[in-house]
Amino acid sequence: MFANFLKTASVAALATVASAGASLAVDLEFYFPVAVGGTAADTIEQLTAEYGAANPDVNITAIYAGSYSDAGQKALTAARGGTPPQLSVLLSTQMFTLIDEDVIVPFDAYLTDEEKAEWIGGFYPSFMENSQTGGKTYGIPFQRSTPVLYWNKEAFKAAGLDPEVAPANWDEMVEMGKALTLKDDAGNVTQWGVRIPSAGFPYWLFQGLSTPAGAILASADGNKVNFNDAKVVEALEYLVDLSKTHEIMQPGSIEWGPTPKAFFEGETAMMWTTTGNLTNVRSNAPFDFGVAMLPAKERRGAPTGGGNFYLFKDSTDEQKDAAVDFVQWITAPEQAATWSIATGYIAPRAETWDTDKMKAYTADFPQALVARDQLEFAVAELSTFENGKVTQAFNDALAAAIAGEKTAQDALDEAQAKAERILKPYQ
Amino acid sequence: MDTARRQWIYAWLMLSPAMAFLILFTHYPAVQTILNSFYSTPRGRREAVWIGLDNYQTLMLDDVFWKVLANNFWYAVWTIPLSIILSLAMALWVNDKIRGRGFLRMAYFTPTVLPLIAVANIWLFFYTPGFGLIDQIRGLFGLPEQNWMGSPDTALYAMIAVAIWKEAGFFMIFYLAALQTVSPSLKEAADIEGASRWYYFRRVLFPLLMPTTLFVSINAVINSFRLVDHIFVMTEGGPNNASSLLLFYIYEVAFDYWDTAYAATLTVVMIAILILLAIGQFFLFDRKVHYK
Repeated sequence: MFANFLKTASVAALATVASAGASLAVDLEFYFPVAVGGTAADTIEQLTAEYGAANPDVNITAIYAGSYSDAGQKALTAARGGTPPQLSVLLSTQMFTLIDEDVIVPFDAYLTDEEKAEWIGGFYPSFMENSQTGGKTYGIPFQRSTPVLYWNKEAFKAAGLDPEVAPANWDEMVEMGKALTLKDDAGNVTQWGVRIPSAGFPYWLFQGLSTPAGAILASADGNKVNFNDAKVVEALEYLVDLSKTHEIMQPGSIEWGPTPKAFFEGETAMMWTTTGNLTNVRSNAPFDFGVAMLPAKERRGAPTGGGNFYLFKDSTDEQKDAAVDFVQWITAPEQAATWSIATGYIAPRAETWDTDKMKAYTADFPQALVARDQLEFAVAELSTFENGKVTQAFNDALAAAIAGEKTAQDALDEAQAKAERILKPYQ
Repeated sequence: MDTARRQWIYAWLMLSPAMAFLILFTHYPAVQTILNSFYSTPRGRREAVWIGLDNYQTLMLDDVFWKVLANNFWYAVWTIPLSIILSLAMALWVNDKIRGRGFLRMAYFTPTVLPLIAVANIWLFFYTPGFGLIDQIRGLFGLPEQNWMGSPDTALYAMIAVAIWKEAGFFMIFYLAALQTVSPSLKEAADIEGASRWYYFRRVLFPLLMPTTLFVSINAVINSFRLVDHIFVMTEGGPNNASSLLLFYIYEVAFDYWDTAYAATLTVVMIAILILLAIGQFFLFDRKVHYK
């Protein structure tokens, strides 16, 4: 009788403890943006589910949040409203803004010294330029990219150019572009030589011109800019001349979204866009295509781009530890390889490229290595305090020059003056 | 308790739900916005401080603001008369007993029913240079392709076209309803007198439609400030703010730059403009509207 009672009591006690253990599960949610075509959203959800299955004490939800700017707005609005996510994938350039708004914390406090040396130290340095400031690490590279030049091998052959060789410098791009620009009998262009999208956020691909020209647009502290440097003016004049003087590129602002489709349809023989579109182009291009580094001028150069994981301030220590663990898992070689193969984003750790999966993939598809090799020449993406306003002032100047409303020098002088006014309180 | 008091209590009770909503969602935010415009923008590490009229000074010196205001002015000048005239013409046409009238009415009303964000994506395809619909048709005539949304000269007009397309169907409904209430004996009398159709329209029909025109024009004015959804999808303010409108600029300043104090200042300006326009419209139309 008493033994019975004891048995039931102990079973009940065990059950309570077990369920209490389950209710001690940590809840994590993170916002992620998708900025490229293809199956990026599905892959993230798949990876998140995998982590959740392997770690039953963590309830993690991935929430699709639209474009980079949508995700940024969503995360900051949630943070201001008092219900922030615990971590999020946001633009690497938003680091200073997020610090200023006081919504993120550096990863350093949640890592051992060994992890700092090995884990943080294992990321490519050019990705870390937009992820660290003041000696601390605020962002962990996740979906990072650089812009690359895609070229249509069939169109090259048809124009009498060597289909295996892409333009290596600015002059070659103009020459080849002229051979590739085809017109119909009425004089209307049926195929443009090159397409560099400039609508919405022209500054990113423009950095693919200003960096080879030898200019760095902003300081590492985020409070000084260099918009009207002579080399930047030179780069902008080159971009404008592609349409105006050489007539190898469509005039006016060119849309980013339709660019891959224009490439597939043969509207343009070369296009500049993110390596994040690589898998999309591979799946949908009806012809053989090549991928090359951006053409050089004084040097090779390109901006990095894409999103980092940020750790939000308003969460419990347990959540932060769980979040750091998740970020370490998802940037580990196996998962990073899956992600990179599914999208074309560059795996941010050198060791990922040595895994069997990546070796097999790159043996079959060597174009994937170009973006990684370009990292040697890559610089930080334009990022400052009040990033939205400063970048917009720069974008407006670029758009004005592209539209022919102002000369490159005037437009950039104005942008520099505006940016200096905005950044004065931060110096 | 005497009846008068009780009546007052009933009155307040019946008014309170509507009043609560109005105060919570209209008056309180308006007052809060006006107050916010006199403070600086709070950032995570810094509190908002009183800066008086500094934000308004920045506003005066902001060339993007003046550009945006000019854009909005042209947007209003084009969308308001064109959408009203178009809707009136459509209503007059489908009021007659023509074959396929029902289908035609549905076709005209469809733009109203579809969400603007969705149709903006369709228009994005129309305007795309090269393989967009408009350029394909132009290609048939051998005309060169045009970059409608990428050129500062045409970007705003591309947006105006979408707005007119969206609004006209909605206003047509009101005109159609008003036309149905016009007694047919008026038309018969006009025919007997030998009046031309244009004379009948100008001297009889249009004055009778004045109340509807007043209503429609107020809606059109509000829409010229309110209808900015397609800009988010299509041009994001256009090359160098060529297609940016005031409400879009406010959103950009508030949620892209997170400069909430300046956004509050811009909002105050917009509210002031709308109030002036509303008052002006009522006084202007008051003499011309016949309600009988």
